[in-house]
Amino acid sequence: MTPFTYHRAATASEAAQHAGAAGKYLGGGTNLVDLMRETIERPASLIDVTGLDSAIAEQPDGGLLIGAAARNTAVAEHRLVRDRYPLLARAIVAGASAQIRNMATVGGNLLQRTRCLYFYDVDGARCNKRAPGEGCDAIGGLNRNHAILGASDACIATHPSDMCVALAALDAVVHVQGVDGARAIAFTDFHRLPEDRPDVETLLRPGELITGIALPPMAFARRSTYRKVRDRASYAFALVSVAAALDMEDGRIADVRLALGGVAHKPWRATRAEAALRGQPASAALFLDAARAELADARPLRDNGFKVELAQRTIVAVLTQLMEEA
Amino acid sequence: MSINVNGAPVALPQDPRMSLLDLLREQEHLSGTKKGCNQGACGACTILVNGERILSCLALAVQYDGQEITTIEGLGSADDLHPIQRAFVQHDGFQCGYCTPGQICSAVGMIAELQRGVPSHVTDDLSDEAIAFSQEEVRERMSGNLCRCGAYNGIIDAITESVAEVAQ
Amino acid sequence: MSLIESGKALAQGLMQGAMAKAVALAPDSWIPGGEPDPLIRHQHGSIGKPVSRIDGPLKVAGAAPFAAEFPMADMVYAAIAYSSVARGRIASLDVAAAEAAPGVVLVMSHHNAPRLKPAPLFMSDPKAAAGDSIPVMQDDAICWNGQPIAVVLAATQEQADHAKSLIRVTYEAEAADTDFEAAIAAGTKPSQFMGQPLHDKLGDAEKALAKAPVSIEADYRTPRHNHNPIELHAVTLAWDGDTLRIHDAQQAVAHSAWTLAQVFDLQPEQILITSPYVGGGFGSKTLWQHHIIAAAAARMAQRPVRLMLTREGVYRTVGGRSLTQQHVALGAEEDGMLTALIHRGVTAKTAHNVMPEPFILPTRSAYAARTMLLDVQQVELDMISNTFMRAPGEAVGTFALECAMDELAEKLGMDPIDLRLRNEPEKDPISGLPFSSRHIAQAWRDGAARFGWDARSAVPAARREGEWLVGLGCATATYPYYRMPGGAARITLSREGEATIDIAAHEMGMGTSTAQTQVAAERLGLPMERIRFNYGDSTLPGLVLAGGSQQTASIGAAVIAAYNKLVAELLALAGNDSPLAGLKPDEVGSQDGGLAKLDDPSRHESYASILNRAQRAAISVEAEPPQPLETMHWSMHSHGAMFCEARVNVVTGEPRVTRFLGSFDCGRILNPKTAASQFRGGIIMGLGLALMEETQFDERSGRIMNPSLAEYHVPVHMDVPEIDVMWTDIPDPHTPMGARGIGEIGITGTGAAVANAIYNATGKRVRDLPITLDKLL
Repeated sequence: MTPFTYHRAATASEAAQHAGAAGKYLGGGTNLVDLMRETIERPASLIDVTGLDSAIAEQPDGGLLIGAAARNTAVAEHRLVRDRYPLLARAIVAGASAQIRNMATVGGNLLQRTRCLYFYDVDGARCNKRAPGEGCDAIGGLNRNHAILGASDACIATHPSDMCVALAALDAVVHVQGVDGARAIAFTDFHRLPEDRPDVETLLRPGELITGIALPPMAFARRSTYRKVRDRASYAFALVSVAAALDMEDGRIADVRLALGGVAHKPWRATRAEAALRGQPASAALFLDAARAELADARPLRDNGFKVELAQRTIVAVLTQLMEEA
Repeated sequence: MSINVNGAPVALPQDPRMSLLDLLREQEHLSGTKKGCNQGACGACTILVNGERILSCLALAVQYDGQEITTIEGLGSADDLHPIQRAFVQHDGFQCGYCTPGQICSAVGMIAELQRGVPSHVTDDLSDEAIAFSQEEVRERMSGNLCRCGAYNGIIDAITESVAEVAQ
Repeated sequence: MSLIESGKALAQGLMQGAMAKAVALAPDSWIPGGEPDPLIRHQHGSIGKPVSRIDGPLKVAGAAPFAAEFPMADMVYAAIAYSSVARGRIASLDVAAAEAAPGVVLVMSHHNAPRLKPAPLFMSDPKAAAGDSIPVMQDDAICWNGQPIAVVLAATQEQADHAKSLIRVTYEAEAADTDFEAAIAAGTKPSQFMGQPLHDKLGDAEKALAKAPVSIEADYRTPRHNHNPIELHAVTLAWDGDTLRIHDAQQAVAHSAWTLAQVFDLQPEQILITSPYVGGGFGSKTLWQHHIIAAAAARMAQRPVRLMLTREGVYRTVGGRSLTQQHVALGAEEDGMLTALIHRGVTAKTAHNVMPEPFILPTRSAYAARTMLLDVQQVELDMISNTFMRAPGEAVGTFALECAMDELAEKLGMDPIDLRLRNEPEKDPISGLPFSSRHIAQAWRDGAARFGWDARSAVPAARREGEWLVGLGCATATYPYYRMPGGAARITLSREGEATIDIAAHEMGMGTSTAQTQVAAERLGLPMERIRFNYGDSTLPGLVLAGGSQQTASIGAAVIAAYNKLVAELLALAGNDSPLAGLKPDEVGSQDGGLAKLDDPSRHESYASILNRAQRAAISVEAEPPQPLETMHWSMHSHGAMFCEARVNVVTGEPRVTRFLGSFDCGRILNPKTAASQFRGGIIMGLGLALMEETQFDERSGRIMNPSLAEYHVPVHMDVPEIDVMWTDIPDPHTPMGARGIGEIGITGTGAAVANAIYNATGKRVRDLPITLDKLL
């Protein structure tokens, strides 16, 4: 670990002032500390933001505002989250282990970095995410866990978060604070596709701090779930995951939210599938058509072609389950 | 500036890079907390902070100023075992013994989470106020603690036997 | 260095060959175990009791000290830098920034390392323990991707780690052989294991196969595996003049002390290794380069050193199980009698070790096939030297063989258990030796009844519960009885009636210290509390590897030898005033804290009385057991019948094991509590082998890409159902205590039982491990 200075921030604006260009915000440390130990991250200073807002507050419109310092467990066990956004609680408890969920903050969860084997291998592999322009050893390498959607010639990494897949489905909004003030970013815009700059993973500007996540009211999210497919029965990253909420009226799909994990550089909002579903009479055939539409542009690599079929099947199964519960 | 470890104050390290795990093991010689991966992947370093289980390898010690920490040494000693430690011996919930302190601390934290009604991946109904104790719930909730010797059955049996006593 | 050192092994092999015939034909009574161990008859003592581990309270309290937990004054911490090419030379190595970093005491590399001799390679000498024979930091040559190239010592671990990251290195890389298929295409070579060719031929199997009324042929693949004990490999060590003291995580203390003595040109007595608690080994905790690096650096820096490998460091420094490609062809009559059994294939090793994964070992004595052709070919790759991992040979060999038996049973329309019992041999098919004890049929019958095998549908994909297809499968488990030469033990008996057993054996969680305390108590006629079992110290008697499931036998035979000597000396001390006067050693046994005439227990004198009269505070004897000729006189194996219920999700292909039973025939079980844990532990590692474990090796670079417990999946709690175990408990009349080792058999057969259950559930044969969901979609 490269030496750094440590500062515990009392307010968001103070934190933003402290950060500067070479500083990093420290939440639970569950990913950042590991990356620092690997020397993938080498911040000159750490600004501890775990003492900032961690409240989970109901908003006048019925939505929720979750302080970025809220621990993952606190969100998953919160009564309003469980009642109104069960897919979010389910996504959180599908991730990592209980110990890690007790440490990890909501803000930090958004900034998790990929588990690409080549990204992690500082000494032995080339990675455009670590060293832009160096090349990517994952393309043509061991890429079973890699992206099938939205990848580029520079990077085929996936985003590892479960929670973020649910947030992508929920039209969440990310509140951030910079030295120049606060702003809000739509969650689905927050993470980037790799294009030719896989090292730039979010729309955060240098020094900007995530302060909270707003969940808009979404009555039909009460009927929602998250399904994660992985190699181990627990404590493993997703090969494919699906977050979905379904609003049924008289056998028709009045509204739907669908997002995928494990398939792309960002939590993947399945807008094509949603468009194919919205307003249609629900049926297994429709679900399959929608799933196929979403995966139509999938570009499988040597080892991850199975994800295309797996994602389609999981989408169909999740939608079918929600339909049957209606 | 200090951390409270098993009831005694411990000075924070000079070097902010020092993990809570290394503080315990190398500075305080409390080596009951184990290092199995140093990357948050095995659970051997599990300790309790204010009663909640965390991984001490991913925790920078400086972050825990003023917190109450309980390690395996704080739960019981070899001649005065905590009920769950006793149950681990009785049910052979270990072989080599290396992951064991982490399993035990994790189990103590897990039982508190169950009592608090924290849902898990296998909880059927999220609206339930109380989570029913079941082998499946315990297995899922303990899955962050690897045991390469494969003492999983004994661990679950030990927890099952002692859950009522520990919950009090 | 030439591999012959392997010459020695080869010569040994030839001699074994010649001697084997004589030993095979000798009368039983000339052979160790020819006279059954008297303890076999003891039915109501401490042997067989489910005693809780005697080291349990220390372990659950976190008070059992492991290698990296011994404090030493003035100690420094080590961090190792590893190569990132598979073959070539170090062109430049810039350590200036590292040396200048805060806290740094030393940076050692090939530029400044002391001259060291090569470490004798495991199996090149009975005492050798090194995993590879490559000189450590003696020149600029790179032999594998991940080879240690430099070590930093610093005042804190944080400082050492950081300084290590400042080392800059460039390489002149050379073309490396890292592609298994390409190496096979370039030509394979026959292989040898422990001095013997991995090749057996019985009749003309190819011809018999061609003529067989029913036959199957299939190819199976198994990947690289890593042991992954949760305790990282570690040493805390210090030099005291020319004496090196090592707190180690070791499963071969005496071997490793001898080996390090060769490296540093010292006498073996100058290397003191202690290893009282070992956080799992599974074959990995022998001698590897980190020992040599830490010791050399400590000597240079004149400071005690703690070196705990990172998890990545373990993958880079310590080898695992190599990959295999196996072909099995079975020919049978319509009634299931095997007429041909062919099991052949290829594995990869390195130029720096003598360890081809010997996957045909379990096949040799498995079935009464009329003809057999068994063969292991090898290629050499530029990679970390592979090594022994739990049941080397059997773990992956039974996967191929026992899946093939399932395939044949289906083709014959036979129950797979019936097929196996139909081919139960009366004597060892290859060696022709009689079995010492083989009750596999009983294990099958008892297991099938308990598991509910009757409920299995012979037609695959016949049972569905919700989203899950459910199937049952079975396979044979097998592991040989070994007892390696070199054992010795010391027994010290005090006037207070307390006994100490000293032997350089190991406790890595197998329950050795507990079970051997039970055995010693029974043998000496003392309560367990009066026995102290000392182990894990290279200065104690004996050369006892915790490997090959042979420790129980090795310790048992050594203690028997010492005990016999003790009895003789006690009788001599007892003299003419004793009730034992005039009795010969074979007429007495231990009972109630003393000796008694076997057929007249009233003639008894306590140890205290004998020693008091002789005015002795204590008596201490040390002895070596006879050479392990029993394995050349009998075919000695443990067996098991493995039963699995597997579920496969119809949507996602996720495979899960929901029930498992292991029914074992492993001789007498010394402690059912710790034995059950050994069986279960092996089975769980077998579930990992079946479903998830794979060391991912990038064949372009020769680099292990998942050197982490996050990316190398071992089973977690949620993957493991309640695992049922049972055993025949029939003593083997020719082994110490009637016991055979149980540490490895659990991982054998498990992979095939899972694969066969998955076939039964889905109708899909997956022949390459691990069986991940993508192969079942």
